[in-house]
Amino acid sequence: MTATTTQTETAADRATQPDAQPYAVLAEFEDVDSLLHAAMAVRDRGFTRWDCHTPFPVHHLNGAMGMRPTRLPWLVLGAGITGALAGIGFQLYTMATTIGGLPSPLQGYEMIISGKPYMSGPAYVPITFELTILLAALTAFGGMLLLNRLPWLYNPVFKSQRFKRATDDRFFVVIRGDDPVYEGDKTIEMLKGLDAVSVETVED
Amino acid sequence: MATLTTDNLDERQALDNTWEDPAKRAPLVLGDKSFGEVTSAVTDIALKPVKQTSFGWFVGLAIAISLLGMLGTLILYLLLTGVGVWGNNQPVAWGFPIVNFVFWVGIGHAGTLISAILFLFRQNWRTGINRFAEAMTIFAVMCAGLFPGIHVGRAWLAYWLGPIPNQMAMWPNPRSPLLWDVFAVSTYATVSMLFWYMGMIPDLATLRDRAKDRPRQIIYGLLALGWTGSNRHWQRFEKAYMLLAALATPLVLSVHSVVSFDFATSQLPGWHTTIFPPYFVAGAIFGGFAMVLVLAIPARKWLKLEQIITKRHIDNCGKVMLATGMIVGYAYITEIFTAWYSAASFEQFAFKNRLNPASPLGWSFYVMFFCNVVVIQFLWFKPLRQNMMFLWFIAVLVNVGMWFERFVIIITSLVRDNVPSSWGAFVPTWVDYAMLVGSFGLFFTFFLLFCRFGPVVAIAEVKTVMPQAHAGHSKHKYDDVPASEGTADYRVPGGEESE
Repeated sequence: MTATTTQTETAADRATQPDAQPYAVLAEFEDVDSLLHAAMAVRDRGFTRWDCHTPFPVHHLNGAMGMRPTRLPWLVLGAGITGALAGIGFQLYTMATTIGGLPSPLQGYEMIISGKPYMSGPAYVPITFELTILLAALTAFGGMLLLNRLPWLYNPVFKSQRFKRATDDRFFVVIRGDDPVYEGDKTIEMLKGLDAVSVETVED
Repeated sequence: MATLTTDNLDERQALDNTWEDPAKRAPLVLGDKSFGEVTSAVTDIALKPVKQTSFGWFVGLAIAISLLGMLGTLILYLLLTGVGVWGNNQPVAWGFPIVNFVFWVGIGHAGTLISAILFLFRQNWRTGINRFAEAMTIFAVMCAGLFPGIHVGRAWLAYWLGPIPNQMAMWPNPRSPLLWDVFAVSTYATVSMLFWYMGMIPDLATLRDRAKDRPRQIIYGLLALGWTGSNRHWQRFEKAYMLLAALATPLVLSVHSVVSFDFATSQLPGWHTTIFPPYFVAGAIFGGFAMVLVLAIPARKWLKLEQIITKRHIDNCGKVMLATGMIVGYAYITEIFTAWYSAASFEQFAFKNRLNPASPLGWSFYVMFFCNVVVIQFLWFKPLRQNMMFLWFIAVLVNVGMWFERFVIIITSLVRDNVPSSWGAFVPTWVDYAMLVGSFGLFFTFFLLFCRFGPVVAIAEVKTVMPQAHAGHSKHKYDDVPASEGTADYRVPGGEESE
């Protein structure tokens, strides 16, 4: 299909058309240079719903795809601060406060142990530190999965046999059929012109 | 030697990457491999049908599982009978279980050191061995976690260690190093596990895509979480990996410091020293690298990974072992000097007792010193470092020495403390010995299973250190893809298109 897609068209509209667009076009590349070259070309043509799939993180590809930095570090920073506050708060609460009216299992108490003050700053450092690291690390991992929308076990690109090499030794540029700039055969021809060794479409 | 010209250095390095050329980096993957060959070298191990597994692996697994079974039986015996089955007594309340705990948690340090600290220092050679070492860390920390859990006596009340509200209205005491230990070790176990699993996700996807049989496709598929190698995913993955490395670096240094606080903050002569945290951390890395070598030297041969885990990797581990071993040796001598210089009579006595071969357990100091300080001096010599059999033997001795280090610190200090009327003796029982041996069963059961079915080498990471992973090394050449690394600006290739 060669009809130009406009940005206002929705997925529901397309599904009703007999010759609906494919889920995506997969272009396979042999090496890092041709991938970087193709990525820049696709980026500069204004595609937005597209991606590169590589067996390992390729240096400079983020720039070549025109990607913005991830927000993940801010989440991790927030989690680290939360962990630190939770750690120091827990220790101060249990060891240095006696707030009445709570069920006894939850109550803190003031207890002098080995002559140390209620607020034993240095003694509270290790647990504060460990909780900072723990929450930050869990967020780094969980945040990575969440922002990447993983786990997502079904993916139409898995239907392609060639795509199995994306985790081995081939590099793929995948342009989604619902990209506003996607133009069917013209897009396929463009990818072929970028030294792709194969170009195929997959249906959802 | 006529062949020693600079002309054939590339060829020489391609065969033996321990050959030093200061002008260029040595290759980290030998044999001029393609990406596909690296993938196959690692995935073929995991994807081989079970029927084709070597007989030796089954024998190893049978031995390991038997020992694990023995450990399980002994734990049951311990729980039904009580801690009296051990040689622990007053004054030696911390007998073998705590020696074993510190020994195993120490071994568990090399994995995270290799994966986190060497990552931050851009030591690319880590990629060959990090997966391996991380797996070792997880299994060692499992062994470590077991011993304090059963050493509490009433193991079914081990949850009292955690800050859980309870009917006694009692919180654990956060001023005690023992509670710090609970937090440090459990955080370490969690973070090491995250680091290990997260690094494995892309490799599990590789296994999923190459698996031919349905069970493997399903299991690897579930574990890979639907990873597609998307660069938008890689971006966050790399950032998360870097952040985890940055978080794990102070963590790995803190964990053994906290373990050493268990000793250093007490009043016991022989324990009450400020040198303990750095000394314990160096010892942990030393012992951990020794364990990496004990496992990697045979594994790289049996799994035919000699071109990925190269001689240079092994040589580097030997160097790290030598450096940390020298720190440990220095700490031993500093401890003795400090005891003498402190003029504290109890401290002096503790060390006289420790160094006196005629005192009970006095021999253990010399076993430790021989294995950890004397033996490693051979590692100054390159031919000895690169002799695999010899290096393996030294690494085994270092592991023995590091176990004895904990034995010396814990047992000899406790046996004779300040007051002679409270002196005692320590005689381990058969249960003590059998549990130590059994913990190796636990360790090796998991390790052998991982070597057979897991991605033993970080496939994706190894590919990033190969020359063709960088721009300018391909058969295609483009004007807008500059070969020079670092200076390339991919944000404005050929000018921004006006839109």
